[in-house]
Amino acid sequence: MNPFKSMGIGVLYRKEFADHLRSRRFSIILFLIVVIGLSSIYSAGYGIREAVSQENNDFAFLRLFTTSGGSLPSFVSFISFLGPLIGLSLGFDIMNSERARGTLGRLLAQPIYRDTVINGKFLAGVGILSLMIISLGLGVGGLGIIMIGIPPTFEEIMRILIFIILTVIYISLWFAVSLLFSLLFRQAATSALAGIALWLFLSIFVGLLAGLIADGLYPVDDQSTFEVAFENQKVKQYLNRISPSKLYDEAIVTILNPGVRTLGPVFTSQLEGAIPGVLPLSQSMLLIWPHIVTMIAMTMICFAISYIYFMKQEIR
Amino acid sequence: MTDKKIIIDTENLTKKYDDFTAVDKLNLKIEEGEIFGLLGPNGAGKTTTILMLLGLTEPTEGRALIDGHNSTMEPIAVKRIVGYLPDNVGFYDDLTGRENLRYIAGLNSIPRTQAEKRIDLLLERVGLFHVGDKKVGTYSRGMRQRLGIADMLIKDPKVVILDEPTLGLDPEGIEEMLQLITELSKKDGRTVLISSHLLYQVQRICDRVGIFVKGRLLAAGPIESLGEKVFKEKTHILEVKAYPDNEDFMKLIGSINEVEKIDRQQDMFIIQSRLDIRKKLVTFMGERDFTLLHLKQRGRDLDDIYRKYFKEKEVV
Repeated sequence: MNPFKSMGIGVLYRKEFADHLRSRRFSIILFLIVVIGLSSIYSAGYGIREAVSQENNDFAFLRLFTTSGGSLPSFVSFISFLGPLIGLSLGFDIMNSERARGTLGRLLAQPIYRDTVINGKFLAGVGILSLMIISLGLGVGGLGIIMIGIPPTFEEIMRILIFIILTVIYISLWFAVSLLFSLLFRQAATSALAGIALWLFLSIFVGLLAGLIADGLYPVDDQSTFEVAFENQKVKQYLNRISPSKLYDEAIVTILNPGVRTLGPVFTSQLEGAIPGVLPLSQSMLLIWPHIVTMIAMTMICFAISYIYFMKQEIR
Repeated sequence: MTDKKIIIDTENLTKKYDDFTAVDKLNLKIEEGEIFGLLGPNGAGKTTTILMLLGLTEPTEGRALIDGHNSTMEPIAVKRIVGYLPDNVGFYDDLTGRENLRYIAGLNSIPRTQAEKRIDLLLERVGLFHVGDKKVGTYSRGMRQRLGIADMLIKDPKVVILDEPTLGLDPEGIEEMLQLITELSKKDGRTVLISSHLLYQVQRICDRVGIFVKGRLLAAGPIESLGEKVFKEKTHILEVKAYPDNEDFMKLIGSINEVEKIDRQQDMFIIQSRLDIRKKLVTFMGERDFTLLHLKQRGRDLDDIYRKYFKEKEVV
């Protein structure tokens, strides 16, 4: 017998994947992000069409994702804000519903290892959201080409691919968080609420708190020295980076806007003699490498805690 | 009976939760092909025992062997030959009965065509063939329980373990369920372990029962011999009701040598004696024209035995 086949992870993966696809929840999320994605690209496209004809059209295609057209926020800020919701809604009841339905005992009585269950569920969740994000990215890109009539350059394509991968990592992180919550809380509703609370805290309140703490440590007013203002900025930025949303924002701004050369505060002296220009892809990547690693690490830590917790958990 | 192979064997199996002992040095031997009833009140540790047998919970001490495989060290080998019906068995409500079974067949690495054949046979056997393609959400409790039997048999197990299989069923459902369980042993030659607190329902179909109270196996054996175990040191107690119910009847009882004590309880006499006096009593009554209205030996049926053990345990 094929050892991998007998593990049952393939069967579990397929079943979970099919469950997601079939669920009404998935249809709702898909509808939501497709509407948001298309409308934000559409309105951004209109703005760019006018801009491109006047100015230089370097990286016009990338600007499609980052510019906000008219009253709608840009595509990336939509994804940055709503991405967590996608991850949370896919996972908040993934383990506790199995227990609530009484299927967990039956499932684990089959000749599979216990970690197969959590691995299969996690991989299926990541699979489904990758599918969602990749198709959305391609669809939106296609619409963009039609809208502005400028095909993307090779570098633009690479940058968009990295953007898609980053988005998958970002949403997987939130999926891992919700997986953990679905183990910690036996009630699906509690788990969903905890997830939403954390999401709101990290995407809205961390920024406020970071400002408060930074101002408390290094109060900035008219008389304060340059060093204090600099420290204030640094503390604020580091605290902000606790939030995955902030990390993601910084990373995609850098990757989608080659003009971004640095993410922290800069001295005027450092800018002296600098020639304004764009960064090559490899340099942009270098700038956000820590962000990527941190997001992957956060995902892994959440999954590892869930894994250990699930392995030690009593079945009833 | 003794030359039969022992298929479930526990050696000093113990499970402690902090300072609470759920299962205390359990030594259980179950022979191949028999129906063994593990009977005891709620919270006696029956489910914990079953989970340890399946390797889903780790014993604090001792070990469990199923067909020579250690449940803790080789859970996969054990789960391959053991079918388990948990109490309150759950299914995926939005899948059909057939899909639910197909999933479990997949996890057991049963080839597709073989699985389909087996699913048909099993659905037929548990009387669900006509609703096999309906969603499980529409099933009644009795149907779910029978689907649970089919689910358990998918892997063609040597040993089946059923946890409270008759709980919450109507009388007809209980009848069907017990019939199915009996067939598992008598027709298929599987070893059956049933846990239940519903003595009357389950005792009928068991070859042997074990009385399990507060984590301890108080007695095990065929129901009749369990009765004798109680009787060995205790006196016989009879309930008698007769017509006419007068002083003469009292004297008649008193005239039997073995009688030690006579009590009156409403319209009944409670007679304590050293030996079984039923035959003598009935003969005497016949000779003197008394009509026997009620005669029952106390402590002979399982309920009395059970209550007896339970009471003794309470005192300790």
